[in-house]
Amino acid sequence: MEKIKNLNKFTRTNIRAYGLIILAFIVLFPLQSTGIISNSISGQLVPICTYIVMAISLNLTVGFLGELSLGHAGFMSVGAFTGVITAICLQEVIPSAALRLLIAIIAGGIAAGVAGFLIGIPVLRLRGDYLAIVTLAFGEIIKNIINCLYVGVDSNGLHMSMTNAEALGMINGKLIINGPQGAVGITKIASFTAGILLILFALFIILNLVNSKSGRAVTAIRDNRIAAESVGISVTRYKLTAFIISAVLAGMAGALYAMNFSTIAAKKFDFNTSILILVFVVLGGMGNIVGSIVATALLYILPELLREYADYRMLIYAIVLILVMLLTNSEKAKQMRERFVYKWKKRLRKNNDQQEGLKNG
Amino acid sequence: MKKVSKIASIIMAVAMVLACFTSCGESTTSNAIKIGAIGPLTGSAAIYGQAVENGALIAIEEVNAKGGLQFELKCEDDENDAEKAVNAYNKLKDWGMQISLGTVTTQPCIAVSTEVNADRIFALTPSASSTDVLGGQPDADGNVTIPRKDNVFQMCFTDPNQGVASAQYIKEQALGEKIAVIYNNSDAYSTGIYQKFQAEADKLGLNIVCVNTFSDDSANDFTAQLNEIKQAGADLVFLPIYYTPASLILSQADKMQYEPKFFGVDGMDGILTVENFDTSLAEGVMLLTPFTADAQDEMTKSFVAKYQEKYGETPNQFAADAYDCIIALYDACVNQNIEVSMSASEICKKLIAEFTNPNFKIDGLTGTGMTWSATGEVSKSPKGMVIQNGVYVGM
Repeated sequence: MEKIKNLNKFTRTNIRAYGLIILAFIVLFPLQSTGIISNSISGQLVPICTYIVMAISLNLTVGFLGELSLGHAGFMSVGAFTGVITAICLQEVIPSAALRLLIAIIAGGIAAGVAGFLIGIPVLRLRGDYLAIVTLAFGEIIKNIINCLYVGVDSNGLHMSMTNAEALGMINGKLIINGPQGAVGITKIASFTAGILLILFALFIILNLVNSKSGRAVTAIRDNRIAAESVGISVTRYKLTAFIISAVLAGMAGALYAMNFSTIAAKKFDFNTSILILVFVVLGGMGNIVGSIVATALLYILPELLREYADYRMLIYAIVLILVMLLTNSEKAKQMRERFVYKWKKRLRKNNDQQEGLKNG
Repeated sequence: MKKVSKIASIIMAVAMVLACFTSCGESTTSNAIKIGAIGPLTGSAAIYGQAVENGALIAIEEVNAKGGLQFELKCEDDENDAEKAVNAYNKLKDWGMQISLGTVTTQPCIAVSTEVNADRIFALTPSASSTDVLGGQPDADGNVTIPRKDNVFQMCFTDPNQGVASAQYIKEQALGEKIAVIYNNSDAYSTGIYQKFQAEADKLGLNIVCVNTFSDDSANDFTAQLNEIKQAGADLVFLPIYYTPASLILSQADKMQYEPKFFGVDGMDGILTVENFDTSLAEGVMLLTPFTADAQDEMTKSFVAKYQEKYGETPNQFAADAYDCIIALYDACVNQNIEVSMSASEICKKLIAEFTNPNFKIDGLTGTGMTWSATGEVSKSPKGMVIQNGVYVGM
């Protein structure tokens, strides 16, 4: 305990973040594979993993770069559909599901990165509220483009159309994306292990970035743009770097998410999903990676636990959200918490003193 | 003042919590076959999920009253979302579900039908109409995207059937010279019906003068689409959409004094129950549906009376489909001597055999002599309905 305290803040965060994920894996994996935990929990593991990656990647933009992005689900969508196309095309070529999943995730990440780059160029010229609104618009644009996208594959290769499925002109092929109906023929290859590995990868990238020279430049831009510019930090470059990394990770999460369901539609990745992820980030604390992880897991499980209450489920969920926000962020709650901690420490010290007194006596 | 509001808020909170606890009193019968249903009980499609739950509960009450095999129903909310539907499905599996009613809406059902297929739980969906739910259906070019899920069956018409049947009905009855279509291109159900309607209309030589689309995000203002249709001079507007946007289209068309005939499909059912909607605007609207609440046969009469007494409203087609699902499952279970102690996969095997048996016929609210093919589709004939004086009347 003392040793951990003496380490610097960076290492402490690292140990907490990696430790939490690895511990979760060590505890849950045997329980899942032996079927001890309920189907309900075990079915939620992969979605939770993807949302955790979404939350920590958004935390990079919102918490460290300090720009409110409301279109994060758009990148998830790009990654998801690219991943699906890749996985279905490679189905015959690569029999190993794990390898196929890996390639799909990488492809999803690259595609989302490209989208992040293209969107980042115009968007990052803006600041604050304006940037938030524009990211929102881009998220919707991505959703609407995918909504009228038709992709199919047959022996001649990949076909693409923006009008309808008939326009693909396939012969005995397989329709991959069917416009608003989304992708329907997905083989489920996502696994909890893959989810954990993806989280660890995302953590590795983000924690190292944040503590590197680039990361300090990014936080400097957040804290004072003019001062950062005056010491020679290229604002555009670092902003774009952070934004693209965030998009790549979201794309990877999207690909994993898609591989966990037999169907996905563009409709899923709308404004509401972006906001949901933002809620995870805000609740966990901006710039707090461990907080994002915990908040995501808790807030995802909560509505499922509340299923017993049927009609009142979402009402309770909303009340809990408000209460947690108040408890973690209001001044009064903070004071109360500090007082409690102080008292507790005092009592602990007293006990220690007494014990030592007994020993000495 | 501060104190008062504090006390008031505490009382409110306690009241809410208590309200929650009172709501979860569930009627459980021991020694009953566990049937799980998933549907949107909250959100924009909630009317369908609730109708299915209500309809199924009435059927279960009747079936259980016979004293033989007992059924027990549990309904979980999916908010019309595939991810939530899979979560709900896993929850039902934990509960010990033996037969699944699938899900109410299409997209979630595609996800859940894959799960039931892998877990070998028999599923009969009341209202998820896409062929992707069943799998194994080729599209217009003969491409098969999903292999057949052999334990999934439908009680409703498939989307293609509805599109094709609508086109044929319009042609046969010569309902319109110039036809316009407004459909939701962000919705699987609506797009699916439209595509087949268009294909069949081309075949039959129907004159489609104008096709307009909208998406879920722009489902509030239809004046642009209606203006275009009006200018094209359409006398029949085909609306393969759900009733909420349809009610807006009707009132906006009325405001611009445009009065064509409107023709809908089963998603139009429910339009008379929209809040703040002037039902007189729906006068003369036609729709293709297998069920009407004003039918004069004994079965419908008793079902409608029970439904009205219990829930205070007229049942729609979804409630009727759910009712028929339970009746069909009951008959199939009795025919195959299925017992409560059997596992889900055993029941699944027997039910597949029964449903694909050509001698297995069901007389229900939505059709008489309904049979199922190995493709999972039901065979029954649609009825054309027209709204007159605020009720559906057979055409």
